[in-house]
Amino acid sequence: MKNITTLKEFACTPDRFNGGHRLCPGCAHGMIVREVINATDDDVVVSTATGCLEVCTAIYPYTSWDVSWLHIGFENAAAGISGAEAMYKALSRKNKSFNPDKNVKFVAFGGDGGTYDIGFQSLSGATERGHDFLYVCLDNEGYMNTGGQRSSATPIGAHTTTSPRGRVSYGEKNRKKDLTMIMAAHGCPYVATATPGSKHWKDMAQKAAKALSTVGPTFINALSPCTTEWKFKPEDTVEISDLAVETCMFPLYEIEDGHKLTINYKPKNKLPVEEYLSKQGRFSHLFKPENRWVIEEIQKEVDRYWEYLLRREEAGV
Amino acid sequence: MATKYELKSKEIWDGNTAASHALRQAQVDVVAAYPITPSTPIVQNYASFLADGYVDGEFVMVESEHSAMSACVGAAAAGGRVATATSSQGYALMAEVLYQASGMRLPIVMTVVNRALASPLNIHGDHGDMYLGRDAGWIHLIANNPQEAYDMTLCAFKVAEDKSVRLPVTTNQDGFLVSHTAQVVEPLDDDTAYKFIGDYTPLNPMLDTSNPATYGAQTEEEWHFEFKASQHKALMESPAVIDEVFAEFEKLTGRKYNRVESYKLEDADIALVVMGSAYETAMVAVDRAREQGIKVGLVMPRSFRPFPYNEMAEKLKNIKAVAALDRSCPMGAMGALYNEVSGALSANGQAAIMTNYIYGLGGRDTTAEHILEVIKETNENAKAGKRVTDLQGFINLRGPKLSFN
Repeated sequence: MKNITTLKEFACTPDRFNGGHRLCPGCAHGMIVREVINATDDDVVVSTATGCLEVCTAIYPYTSWDVSWLHIGFENAAAGISGAEAMYKALSRKNKSFNPDKNVKFVAFGGDGGTYDIGFQSLSGATERGHDFLYVCLDNEGYMNTGGQRSSATPIGAHTTTSPRGRVSYGEKNRKKDLTMIMAAHGCPYVATATPGSKHWKDMAQKAAKALSTVGPTFINALSPCTTEWKFKPEDTVEISDLAVETCMFPLYEIEDGHKLTINYKPKNKLPVEEYLSKQGRFSHLFKPENRWVIEEIQKEVDRYWEYLLRREEAGV
Repeated sequence: MATKYELKSKEIWDGNTAASHALRQAQVDVVAAYPITPSTPIVQNYASFLADGYVDGEFVMVESEHSAMSACVGAAAAGGRVATATSSQGYALMAEVLYQASGMRLPIVMTVVNRALASPLNIHGDHGDMYLGRDAGWIHLIANNPQEAYDMTLCAFKVAEDKSVRLPVTTNQDGFLVSHTAQVVEPLDDDTAYKFIGDYTPLNPMLDTSNPATYGAQTEEEWHFEFKASQHKALMESPAVIDEVFAEFEKLTGRKYNRVESYKLEDADIALVVMGSAYETAMVAVDRAREQGIKVGLVMPRSFRPFPYNEMAEKLKNIKAVAALDRSCPMGAMGALYNEVSGALSANGQAAIMTNYIYGLGGRDTTAEHILEVIKETNENAKAGKRVTDLQGFINLRGPKLSFN
């Protein structure tokens, strides 16, 4: 497992994901990807689902990736990486490895569309089969590559172009799918949540390092604030990330062996959800008098879930 | 190291067994598959080979055919020999990824046991699945019996992996009629079979991590057309390699295959075009028709894609009337074989009278008697010097006669 100490040292790791890509200014995807694939000194093979990351980083004849990289479709990043990992095992067994003295790690990236929704079957299958890979969901809570449509990761009350606010609508009506817990229920050896915030960069890098050094399927659900569709200023990405954690809208925790839950960060003073919601245009309509009840409901749900995490951690089962 | 499988010089194998032994002898590095009737035994046999140490690659039992082909793409891009098997709905579920496999120029071999597409659900043989994959950029080879299912699968690896081809290949056999019908098959021994196929040396493997490779990049209007055109070029130029592989196979086994097969065509006035197990039924019908004085022959494209246009036209150059028999419902058009053969003739200034017959959907029996009727009708057209029968007819369809003109 790679020892990650200071930001300065970590930032000096040779880059496997280079600048010059076409992600939006302020997009968190690039921050997450750099941290994850630099969190191991082993060689890395990456697969990417169709989405923002894919369309912005490998536009022929250019690429931002200094590692082997595969993109098949929207729903099959996990299946694709499982095939590559199987080939690695097969060739190793047959003494036909290309670099016998090197370890190769397998990482798949998908947005929440490619992970929570259309790619969920493929992810569940690859996980159940026990392939040795890390899947990272870049969760920006909607189909942002195609103009901000809802996904099953979109939180209640958020405006998206397919769950729009309107005269009689407060936006998204369904609660966000609890994918991290669903992945833990597969019995994965390691599952975690992470954010690219200023306070939690190390948490994310260490989780990636831990996942990459764990044998078997591992999963990180990384919140990826989307300046374009969440409607906040590009320079506020990190602040929004931190607020998601401080309000417990997106708690940082990890689950080992499918059951052992550890909360990695407990805010000293849990901030009200308004602090997070009010910074984003996608929730602005909730502050109208007729929609204030939605904020109250969100707060109740966040409190209930936080309590659940605390009690589950305490129970240690 | 995989254990050798002692084979007799003559085995009694059905098409599924034949295909699975060919996969075993190729010593595929990764097989990713999802079982579906009637190709399930291929997957089961492969699992047994693995359990008994006859193969030492990875066998990935995925959760769907979509993931099967996706894992095949990932494995092939990683840099090794890859194969799978499917039928019907599984083929349909793979459709998206079939295009991605060929677009990335990955030499995956897929043994297809052809079966009808729902709805209504039907597990029996027709060519609906093969026709669905027609434009997917794969080479499609046809096997009419278990021996050919074995032979074509061995040849498929050699064609697919040729450096000038680098395209995925399907081998097709009719569901149940070939897949579950046991016949005498003469296999090669393991060493000879493997030597014929040869070692696989991948181009730009992802696992050569010192030289990172990119698979599946984004191209928009600047480059997409050029990639697709070069892919098409590879398909259009693949006949040279297919011919070489067939010639080498003949040297090794004495069994000669051609991109257009024919039967009693030399002195024929009329001809039938038919693919799959019905080709052998039609041979019986041709013999009977000849006893009645009708000079009829048969042709079959051994490679449905790339379609052998010029060779087909050459074979049919003295033919007055042609009936094309399609085992897939054309849904608002003439059948694919009718269209391809008509195009081949037209492009070469030939004007045989063309008719189309739809037969055998969902496993409906097509007997020599049925085909003899088609021969007689086709002969009527030849004698009249113009089409006097229906443009499109249906063989052995229940209820009132159905035809289109």
